[in-house]
Amino acid sequence: MTTEESNQVYPLTKEDFKSPGPVKWCAGCGDYAILASVQSVLVELGGRKEDVVFVSGIGCSSRFPYYINTYGFHGLHGRGAAIATGIKIANPKLQVWHITGDGDSMAIGGNHFIHTIRRNIDLNIIIFNNRIYGLTKGQYSPTSPRGQVTKTSPEGVIENPFTPGELVMGSQGTFFARAVDTDPKMMKEVLKAAALHKGTSVVEILQNCVIFNNQIHAAITNKETKDDHQIYLEADKPMIFGKNRDKGLMYKNNKLRVVTIGQEGITEDDLLVHDPVNPDNMIQYSLVRMGLPEFPMAMGVIRSCDCNDPYDVLLERQMEEAKRTSKIRNMDDLMNSGNVLDL
Amino acid sequence: MKDNKNHKIIELEHVVVKLAGDSGDGMQLSGSQFSDTTAIEGHDLATFPDYPSEIRAPQGTVAGVSGFQLHFGHINVETPGDLADVLIALNPAALKVNLKWVKPGAIIIIDVDSFEQKDFLKAGFDANPLEDGTLDGHKVIKAPITSLSMTTCLELGLDPKSSERTKNQFALGMLYYMFNKDIDTGANFLEEKFAKKPIVAEANKAVLHAGYHFAETLEEFDITYRIKPHPEMKGRYRNITGNTAAAWGLMAAAEKAGLELFLGSYPITPATEILQELSHRKHLGVKTLQAEDEIAGINSAIGAAFAGKLAATSTSGPGLALKSEAIGLAVITELPLVIIDVQRGGPSTGLPTKPEQGDLMQAIFGRNGESPVVVMAASTPANCFDYAFMAAKIAVEHMVPVILLTDGYLANGSELWKVPKMADLPVITPRLVKDNDQNYKPYLRDPETLARTWAVPGQEGLRHRIGGLEKEDIIGTVSHDPLNHQKMVELRQEKVYKVANSIPELELFGEPAGDLLVVGWGGTYGHLVSAVKDLQTEGHSISLAHFNYIYPFPRNTEEILKRFNKIVVCELNNGQFIYWLRAQFPQYKYLTYHKIQGLPFLINELKEKFTEILKEH
Repeated sequence: MTTEESNQVYPLTKEDFKSPGPVKWCAGCGDYAILASVQSVLVELGGRKEDVVFVSGIGCSSRFPYYINTYGFHGLHGRGAAIATGIKIANPKLQVWHITGDGDSMAIGGNHFIHTIRRNIDLNIIIFNNRIYGLTKGQYSPTSPRGQVTKTSPEGVIENPFTPGELVMGSQGTFFARAVDTDPKMMKEVLKAAALHKGTSVVEILQNCVIFNNQIHAAITNKETKDDHQIYLEADKPMIFGKNRDKGLMYKNNKLRVVTIGQEGITEDDLLVHDPVNPDNMIQYSLVRMGLPEFPMAMGVIRSCDCNDPYDVLLERQMEEAKRTSKIRNMDDLMNSGNVLDL
Repeated sequence: MKDNKNHKIIELEHVVVKLAGDSGDGMQLSGSQFSDTTAIEGHDLATFPDYPSEIRAPQGTVAGVSGFQLHFGHINVETPGDLADVLIALNPAALKVNLKWVKPGAIIIIDVDSFEQKDFLKAGFDANPLEDGTLDGHKVIKAPITSLSMTTCLELGLDPKSSERTKNQFALGMLYYMFNKDIDTGANFLEEKFAKKPIVAEANKAVLHAGYHFAETLEEFDITYRIKPHPEMKGRYRNITGNTAAAWGLMAAAEKAGLELFLGSYPITPATEILQELSHRKHLGVKTLQAEDEIAGINSAIGAAFAGKLAATSTSGPGLALKSEAIGLAVITELPLVIIDVQRGGPSTGLPTKPEQGDLMQAIFGRNGESPVVVMAASTPANCFDYAFMAAKIAVEHMVPVILLTDGYLANGSELWKVPKMADLPVITPRLVKDNDQNYKPYLRDPETLARTWAVPGQEGLRHRIGGLEKEDIIGTVSHDPLNHQKMVELRQEKVYKVANSIPELELFGEPAGDLLVVGWGGTYGHLVSAVKDLQTEGHSISLAHFNYIYPFPRNTEEILKRFNKIVVCELNNGQFIYWLRAQFPQYKYLTYHKIQGLPFLINELKEKFTEILKEH
């Protein structure tokens, strides 16, 4: 990588992104693992460290920008996506990350979330989904499951939860991936893919809140059950999962089915092959919706489609075209153009 | 001009013309067209459009009346005028709404084709106003405007619906004749306006000429009028609305500061034209984002400000309310940001298309916590340019959010503006930092202004983090320390007060001491100065102090207030500026004259009030 002054190539190290001050998440919080994965990915991605910007809203996860040595902006509750959008439009050369949580992005910031995705501006959004309000100490969130007892749902939640990926698909999102905070390798793979995607990338990380919602993702992340309860999707590979790698997904009669290889004459060839780049998101949408107990949770890059140029690229193109074709080059030209009157 | 032996031309100093019709009748278009013509012929002018918030309210009803008032003259023109000398009423509803806004003896041009019984009943007249004496005392000219327009168009093969829509041009043609205006200028306007629809342009031009020639045949127009060009207006001018002027002021500031302009905004009446104008200026490096809501509009602007742009957002009262939280974020992050609030009648949705000055308190105080910002106001359509420019200059030199208040009257009204040269505008020096500045600290301040510096993402050696949490003085890390918080609150407040050192002193119109000081702010200037000037001419001891800088006040404010026996504060709200004055200068007694009808002041009502105050002992 080069610096503007010296033009010397130097490799980035994790030291470059080390937290500039003490990290103040609770001991055992899933956020630590996410931070470490992000720092590793930034090193792998290379580039100028000065071009990286982290933006957030409000919530535990949104303290993230204070804990990584880049340009950072800790915004308002729900508004991080709008702030990040302004930064990216202002300077498209920047690599802009938006850190948010399930309350920040799905509740108070829901409008900005869907419109940012619809606009397809080149941001990398990471949702730390712990299915609870942590910073306000334990109220249900838009992703809390029905029936969950929290401080504001003493008899259990009676609302339907959002699945972030469904909102992404419904907003014509071009990239969606999911990972768990207990699997650094998986996190790094999807975060890197998200950073490389041109357009709005959304990564949902199932993150554990050790204080207010401990073990909410345990059935998915536990060592004993994770192989049967997760399916890691890889492009162009058949959808196989399970401890014994004998389960798979088929698409039959317009719906997904879990099948066992070797039973009912099913072979690997009968399984769905993952196609994240397909512009038609019908299968990807079904994969996003899968959940326990009927289905494993889909992990990995579920959708990554270069179906249209991102907003920032299109805007720059319009800017260049306007500059190329207009005879009005400055304010003096403008103020003296059109209907002027000389007296 | 005319081969009529009886034809006589009378010279006038100034004239107020009002065009009124249905909201689909093209009154705004024909109003702009006639304004442009008067401007090109060298008159000073002011305009005011008056239109309903419904796009096309039921045809023929008073709710659907759209009007355009133009005041032009050989003398200085400060307002669109209280009452019209000439009214064009294309239907009974337009007559009904505007009759109380014409002078006694006014010329009223009526489209007789629209005065069938069903039409005048629909407008709320019990009987035909053309026959029952309603218009006694006025000079009424009845013309078959719709039918003659239709005939002209149908000859050109235009469909009936489009043909009917040209009738505004017929009426306008009559005006061109009546005021001896060059009809080619009007025709050129149509050619540009309908450049992409040549058939429509042709038809409108034909109808414009038809109206002109029809007027020529009328006995009533044996007398026509002429207004000489304004003698003191020298140089290059253009007719400009407040919204365009505000947009251009921001662009001029960006160019002067060497920054690119970013506007994050959401459409809202009466501010939308600022977003529209700037979205057409990509060729000058202007970026706009039409955000999903008001909140995203300002937050994207804050992001752009962090990334080193001259950032702005434009809105009206309801939008300013939604932006409150984000303005607080700009206060605590100490980023430069211009917020333009084009005020309209409130509360809530209120009177979306009508002017009011009801957002002053919201601008000064409307946020959580101690959250001071600079508040200023433009006072004429054209000086929206100057104050938008100054708002941007203050924002980037003092690292502070600035709220610029205009209103629907300034925004949509227009006047002649002397085109400035960029070289003559004040220098703007943003507080940018050089890469790798070893002394850089996010909250290190200039000792004079208390402004911090502006390091932007992408710069080497300056990585830092800011946000909505309170920060430690100088170093900018998160701090919950009690004494630090008090210090930071006081610094942010003091920084706003110190802006007073960078703004001009308050100028008085009139003698520096006397019986009565009229105090106003923002968009009421034209009416106040006209009323005060008239009373000065009559020999009264009266002066005007009109405020453009409100928070902080100009340095000499107290000096001016103390030299008058009486002070009357005039504003289009329920008394907000007076509240602010009383808080800052409680030692003086303030009288109030306020009005809250979604209308500008009338010069006459002001004069009556001031005369009454001057008489009292």
